Amino acid sequence: MEFSIYDLTSFTQWIDSSLRASMSPGWAVAIEMIIIGVALLVFFALIGLFLVYAERKVCALMQNRLGPNRVGPGGIFQTVADLVKLLFVELVPIKNADKILFNLAPFIVIIASVMAIGALPLAKGLHAIDLNIGVFYLMAVSSMGVIGVLLAGWASNNKYSLIGAMRSGAQIVSYELSVGLALITMVVLAGTMQLSEMIEAQRWGWFIFKGHVPAVIAFVIYIVAGTAETNRGPFDLAEAESELTAGYHTEYSGIKFALFFLAEYINMFIIAAIATTVFLGGWMPFHVYGWDGLNKVMDFIPPFFWFLGKTFGVVFLMMWLKWTFPRLRIDQLLTLEWKYLLPINIFNLLLMAFLVLVGWHW
Amino acid sequence: MALVRTETNTERKLMKSFIGYFKSIFDGLITLLKGLSVTGKYFFKPGTTWTQQYPNNRKELKMFDMFKGEVIMPHSDMNEHKCTGCGICEINCPNGSIEVISAVLVNEEGKKQRIIDKHIYHLGMCTFCGLCVKTCPSQALAFSQDFEHAVFDRKKLNKVLNRPGSKLMKGVA
Repeated sequence: MEFSIYDLTSFTQWIDSSLRASMSPGWAVAIEMIIIGVALLVFFALIGLFLVYAERKVCALMQNRLGPNRVGPGGIFQTVADLVKLLFVELVPIKNADKILFNLAPFIVIIASVMAIGALPLAKGLHAIDLNIGVFYLMAVSSMGVIGVLLAGWASNNKYSLIGAMRSGAQIVSYELSVGLALITMVVLAGTMQLSEMIEAQRWGWFIFKGHVPAVIAFVIYIVAGTAETNRGPFDLAEAESELTAGYHTEYSGIKFALFFLAEYINMFIIAAIATTVFLGGWMPFHVYGWDGLNKVMDFIPPFFWFLGKTFGVVFLMMWLKWTFPRLRIDQLLTLEWKYLLPINIFNLLLMAFLVLVGWHW
Repeated sequence: MALVRTETNTERKLMKSFIGYFKSIFDGLITLLKGLSVTGKYFFKPGTTWTQQYPNNRKELKMFDMFKGEVIMPHSDMNEHKCTGCGICEINCPNGSIEVISAVLVNEEGKKQRIIDKHIYHLGMCTFCGLCVKTCPSQALAFSQDFEHAVFDRKKLNKVLNRPGSKLMKGVA
């Protein structure tokens, strides 16, 4: 078998066929699922560790500080040290808490994130499940994490936690609308909800260039609403430190807290990855029709690194927003959504539909 | 009967709020971009960090002039200070970390004069508010930039600020 880093389809097919050759199809599928699950979880942990470090460095540089710089060269092992510490921290049992829900909540948050990343194409041929309603599925799953947040707030038996969870609920209910409409705008342009087909359609120009002004507006709205959906600053009302100590995860300690913490960063990565796939061409390299020299140079970089690079670019944008803007008040938050983003979004959707009908989008 | 229909007041108001809506969007976007440009500049320009890597640069670290390290009493080369022993610093100190023990001396003209015997400063109780330095009528006190105060015995934190054998500077009443 010959494997290529540019097209991993043969690699995944080789695993599939060699598994099927040595055991019954049912076992092969089960083992494949386990392999994918373990691979995604490891990917998760690495991305989480890296993003926490990146966030601390980015925020430090934006505030004229240095950030972590003691553990390892440039402090790169700081988050590893933090993780080891969190693993050893005592899990404080909470009196009068709803034990089952309290312990269940962090897992629901993490499961929602894992389900979302399973449907994302990470590179050519590296795609756990290619649903024909991929965008729809992602929207549905990425908003499921809020159930975990609400459970955590309710089960903690703590006023701060409950207020934080309720705020998070109000936030998701409103901003989910904007995320959905922004993505629907791009679905109108693509004419499909299947993520692999969407990426293939962006071979000669990413949708943000193809879709002209409406695509750019949709991208901006998606970034704003997506940041709000991950409960990150400037929309981090659910865990506003100055008002609610730590919001919904006030009562959590040790590894359970680490799961919430990890989920925040993974959700940011997923929101950025969806933005990459839908607006910036996913793993598709940057091509210009007719410029064969440039296209060849761009094709030389493996698709996986294109995907990671674009996603981290969007993640950097979200960090930039977080560390520049002050937190919104709850009424300002709802005003922004219902009075500004939603009407603009609906008008933008109409504009995009018009563009596609007239045929100006190619 | 006028055939030309004039704009009513409500219409004008509506139009104004309509324009105001779009104006608020663009004003908002511009101010947000201004903020982003500030942090972006800090991020992409290396050398704007102000962090002092303290234990590493201990030798060349120089604190700025306004830094409140600890209260000192500057002495001249002739071992003279400016403290008249009036006790205003002791009265003003909110923590009672200054004790002025004064003595009475008869000077050459046969007049009685108050001098300080000991100006005791308890560094361990000081909050570095600076009221003593600010209110001293003869500017006898000052802040040093030294900030490494840790000692093994807390008695070492009780300091006598006037040096042994020092005198009041001439011309200070």
